[in-house]
Amino acid sequence: MRTALTILRKDLLLELRTLETVPAMVLFALTTFVLFHFGLARPSIDGQLAAGVLVVTLLFAALLGINRLFVAEREQGGFDAFLLAPVDRTTMFLAKATGLFVFLAVLELIAVPAFALLLLKPSLGEPLPGLIATLALANLGLSAIGTLVSGIAVHTRARDLIGPIIGLPLLIPALIASSHAIAPLLRTAHAATAPPGKWMAILALYDVVFALLAYAVFDFLLED
Amino acid sequence: MILAAAPALPLHKAGPYVAAAYIVFLALILIYVTIMAIRLSRAERELTELARERARRDAQPRDRELERV
Amino acid sequence: MHVYGRGLRGLSLATSATLTAALILVFFYAPLDADQGFVQKIFYVHVPLAVVSLCGFVLGGIFAVQHLRTGDRRNDMRSYVVIHMSLIFAVGALITGSIWARASWGHWWEWNEPTLVSFLIVFLLYATYQPLRFSIEDPERQARYASVFAIVAGAFVPLNFIAVRLAQQYVHPRVLTLGGGNLPGPMRLTFIVSLFGIGLLYATLCKYELTAKHARRQLRALRRNVLGDDAVRPLQRSAAPS
Repeated sequence: MRTALTILRKDLLLELRTLETVPAMVLFALTTFVLFHFGLARPSIDGQLAAGVLVVTLLFAALLGINRLFVAEREQGGFDAFLLAPVDRTTMFLAKATGLFVFLAVLELIAVPAFALLLLKPSLGEPLPGLIATLALANLGLSAIGTLVSGIAVHTRARDLIGPIIGLPLLIPALIASSHAIAPLLRTAHAATAPPGKWMAILALYDVVFALLAYAVFDFLLED
Repeated sequence: MILAAAPALPLHKAGPYVAAAYIVFLALILIYVTIMAIRLSRAERELTELARERARRDAQPRDRELERV
Repeated sequence: MHVYGRGLRGLSLATSATLTAALILVFFYAPLDADQGFVQKIFYVHVPLAVVSLCGFVLGGIFAVQHLRTGDRRNDMRSYVVIHMSLIFAVGALITGSIWARASWGHWWEWNEPTLVSFLIVFLLYATYQPLRFSIEDPERQARYASVFAIVAGAFVPLNFIAVRLAQQYVHPRVLTLGGGNLPGPMRLTFIVSLFGIGLLYATLCKYELTAKHARRQLRALRRNVLGDDAVRPLQRSAAPS
C-alpha cells in the first residue's frame, strides 16, 4: 500500500509541476463542447442528447489522459526500476488507476460546469448529487479499463492508436449505463433527482468485474 | 417492399434473401478451404524439395577429411 | 509430441453429415413461420453462427488463462486460432443478420436488434486482436499481451450483451424474433441440429488450422535440419504465433 501511495504521489507531483495532461484534457473537452454546439446547430440541449454529448466528450478527453499514463515509465526506464524493486507488482496498477481517477475528477470538476454553461438547457442545481454519483462510478470503470489498456498499449509500436481502439469497445457498456443514468437528470420537464437504480447497478457491476479482472491480469503485462 | 404491418414476404421475393444468407455461409467455408488448399500444396512442394535434397546429400561421397582418419 | 491431426477425418465426416442433415431439415421439414414466412429460414444459419462465435470468443479467453498459468505456448496458439475463427464466424453472423434485417424490415442495419448491435461491438473489439499482436515484436511478449487481451475481452462478451439488451428493452420490441417466443417442436429440432452442425464445423476448422500451423512449424525445423540455418528465411514480424 505504501508503494502505491509513493508512486501515486510521484505521478501527482509530476503532473502538478509539468501540467501536461490535465489541462490538455480540459481544453479538449471544452473545445469539443463548442464543436458539438456547431455540429448540432442548436442553442441548447437536454435529456438523453445532453447526457450522450457529456459522456462521450468525457470519454474522448479521458483517452488523452490514458494514452499518456505510462509514457514516462517507458521512456525513462521506470518499468525496469519498478521490476527490480522488491515490491508487489500490483501496486503499479493501483497507483496508476488512482492517479487516472484523480485526473478524471479534476477534468469533470471543470468540464461539467462548462457543459452546463455552454450547452445545457436545464439548470444543474438539483440533479448535481446524482450526477456526481454517476460520474464517480463511471470514473472507476474508466480508470480500471484505462490503466489496463494503457499498460497494453505502451509496449506496442502503434502506441497511441492501440489504446483507443481496444479501450473504446470495452467501455461501451459503461457509456451505455452512464448516459442512460444521467439522461433523466438532465431533462427540462419532469427531471429526476436521482439516477435510475437499474443503470447505477449495471455500472457498479461493470466496475467491480473489470476492476478485479484488470487487477488480476495486470501483473502479466509487467514481466520482462 | 414490405409495409410495417403486412405479413411475410411472398416466396418469390423472400427467396433471394434466404439464398443470399446461405450462400454467404457457403462462400466463407469455401474461401477457407481454398486458402488451406493453397497452403497444403505449398507445404507439399517444400517437402518434396527437402526430400530430394536429403536424398542428394546422402548420395554424395563422404567428406574426405572424415575418411582420412 | 502432440499430433493435432488425429481425429480430423472423423470430425469432418461428422460435420458434413450433420450439416447436410440440418439443410434437409431446414428446407424440407421445418414449418413456415407465421409472421415472417420463408425469410425466417435465415434464422437457422444466423443464430448458430452467432452462438458458436460467442462461445469461441469465451473459449479463447479460457485458453489464454491456461497460457498465462502454465506458460505453454501451445495454449497461446489455440487461443489465437479459436479467436481468429470466431471472428470469421462473427463476420458471417453480422452479414446474415444484416440480410435478415433487410428482408424483414427493409433496411440493412437495425439498431433495435440488440443481438446485432452487441455483435457489432464484440466484432469491433476482437478486430483489434490481430493489430495488437502485430504491433508487438517480441514473440513471448506478444503471446502474453494477447492472452491478457483475450481474457479481458472474453469477460467482456457476456457483460456487453446484458448491457445492450437492457438498453433496448424499453425502446422497441425485438425485430428478429421468432413470432411466438418459444420454438415449436419441429423448429426446435431443426435449430438444434443446425447449431450442432455449425459447432462441429467450427471445431473441424479450428483443428484443421492448428494442424496446418503445427505442420508448417515442423516443416521449418526440418528445413533448417536438412539445408542448414541459412536456407531458412527468418520469421518476419507477424501476428500469428509461429
